[in-house]
Amino acid sequence: MSGAAEYGSLAEFASVEALRAAVGGLRKRGYTRLEAYTPFPVEGLAQAIATSRDWTAVAMLIGGLVGGVGTLALQYYSAAINYPIDVGGRPDASWPAFIPAAAEMTILFAALAGVVSMLIGNGLPRLHHPLFELDRFSKASRDGLLLVVRADDPHYDGEAVRRDLSELDATHIETVPS
Amino acid sequence: MNASAQPLGLDLQAVTDPVSNIVLARAPGRGWLLAFVASIVLTALLGSGIWVLLVRGVGIWGIDIPVAWGFAIADYVWWIGIGMAGTFISAALYLTRQSWRSSLNRYAEAMTVFAVSVSGLFPILHLGRPWFFYWLAPYPNRMALWPQWRSSLLWDFFAITAYLSVSILYFYVGLLPDLATLRDRARTRGSQVFYGLLALGWRGEARHWRRFETLSLILAGLAVPLVFSVHSMVALDFSEGLLPGWHTTLFPPFFVAGALFSGFAMALVLGIPLRRYYGLTDFITEAHLDKLARMLLAVGLVVDYSYVTEVFFAFYGGDRYEIALTLNRLGGAYSWIFWTTILCNVIAIQLLWLRRVRANHIALFSIAIVVVIGMWFERFMLIVTSLYRSFLPSSFGMFYPTLWDLGFLVGSIGLFLLLFLLFARLLPVVSMFELRKAVGSRSRSS
Repeated sequence: MSGAAEYGSLAEFASVEALRAAVGGLRKRGYTRLEAYTPFPVEGLAQAIATSRDWTAVAMLIGGLVGGVGTLALQYYSAAINYPIDVGGRPDASWPAFIPAAAEMTILFAALAGVVSMLIGNGLPRLHHPLFELDRFSKASRDGLLLVVRADDPHYDGEAVRRDLSELDATHIETVPS
Repeated sequence: MNASAQPLGLDLQAVTDPVSNIVLARAPGRGWLLAFVASIVLTALLGSGIWVLLVRGVGIWGIDIPVAWGFAIADYVWWIGIGMAGTFISAALYLTRQSWRSSLNRYAEAMTVFAVSVSGLFPILHLGRPWFFYWLAPYPNRMALWPQWRSSLLWDFFAITAYLSVSILYFYVGLLPDLATLRDRARTRGSQVFYGLLALGWRGEARHWRRFETLSLILAGLAVPLVFSVHSMVALDFSEGLLPGWHTTLFPPFFVAGALFSGFAMALVLGIPLRRYYGLTDFITEAHLDKLARMLLAVGLVVDYSYVTEVFFAFYGGDRYEIALTLNRLGGAYSWIFWTTILCNVIAIQLLWLRRVRANHIALFSIAIVVVIGMWFERFMLIVTSLYRSFLPSSFGMFYPTLWDLGFLVGSIGLFLLLFLLFARLLPVVSMFELRKAVGSRSRSS
């Protein structure tokens, strides 16, 4: 069966435990392209689905360092190299006085880097998605625990997937057109 | 949905639907409309004040030499302080895993964003030539102009910029999952497009949530030192100066405490009517108001301790100018302002020791209003009493506010209210996904 016409198969589960069990069951059956949609964060679910890395913290560290060290460098360049002014005999490079602005910019740049990396990592902003066509998908932001097996999974075979999903106690199964 | 799904599903609906219906299904109501019109009128007053200020200059205010900082700087310090409690509630209580904050953090964060935005207007308008305010930023220019890095005023500029930007990011990122809920539940095309664009395509996938949770945690960890540093920088604007009453190491922690104090008061001032008007009694419960009241009392006592410390150190330090300033504050031309501050910030809050007062919403609301007013008087007192009599009798002089001074104060309240009313109308006032998370973790443990 060709996967071109389908985005994948969607299943709904009744409880967080059933969803977790289904993720485990599908992984055991060899599926790799899984997506779980929940109305609230479920701890460990992302790690159970795939061994992808979360770069947010690293991005924030780098952002913070760039902001802090960059502001210190800017202040040094401005006050000691580009336009030194003698203010009451104070040293051109007044490091203690340089710290406040650098500290603020550390936090600002870390926050900006974190938000940008979260959005890029999540593939956002995104105006449309095949799942938005499904009425049932609106449950993912309210009361539904949904699991999608994507059609680009090497093991994907629509009928077999839906059989596997119902064996894993899905309460509702449907096809997602692409 | 099969039968076994009912409990969790219904619980999740029970926290999602009432909050999203406020935005999607409920008519604004007469109370909201009246407040909206009033806030527009006051905002127009601020707008016309700004117009007159740009045309005629800061001379429309009562500021002069020696009191060159008047209402504008008092308003600025007051507003930025009010913002602090929002960050504290959403970040510090998140890090300490106080789950009760989930009902409060959304509107508290909105309060922060709006209060900081309003506060940022005042130092810019006070510059004299506000249209050159961007000269404070280090940017490549043909004037060979660099900011003065050793000045606390520059630190303050960086602090406000960072604080406002991080507050907006923190607020917006926390809104994403709830905006997605509104997008999915919206019925009219207009609101679907509006919330759809704002939600950025958020879908709540497991990996989305994982990055989201990491980001929220680290942002909270950054926001706490940020907010403490911001209020310390505001205090350094004063304590880097040599004036008696300003030049003291007490100021940074004193300002942090004062900011928390006015912020918790404002959180009650906004929270009590919000809860009543929208019927949010299941979300913002009696217990929440009680906790806010206790926090208000606790930080109020820290502020009161600072008042005592200020007076004590003036005499203990033995500096004649500090002593003269303190005596002037207690008995000089502006002593009524000092004693009003004491009445509002020291005496009135002692009522909060009584459980009966904390449980009475009208009393609690009134005390919070009194504290908000008292904190404005405190800011005014700190600024004006140090300036009007500093060292030399030849440079003594009184400050008399003009109508525009009052207009800017009242107008800034109008602008803040306008922003908050729009927030309450257009965005979910309670964080739905955090409540769902609480429901989800309860169902798992049972």
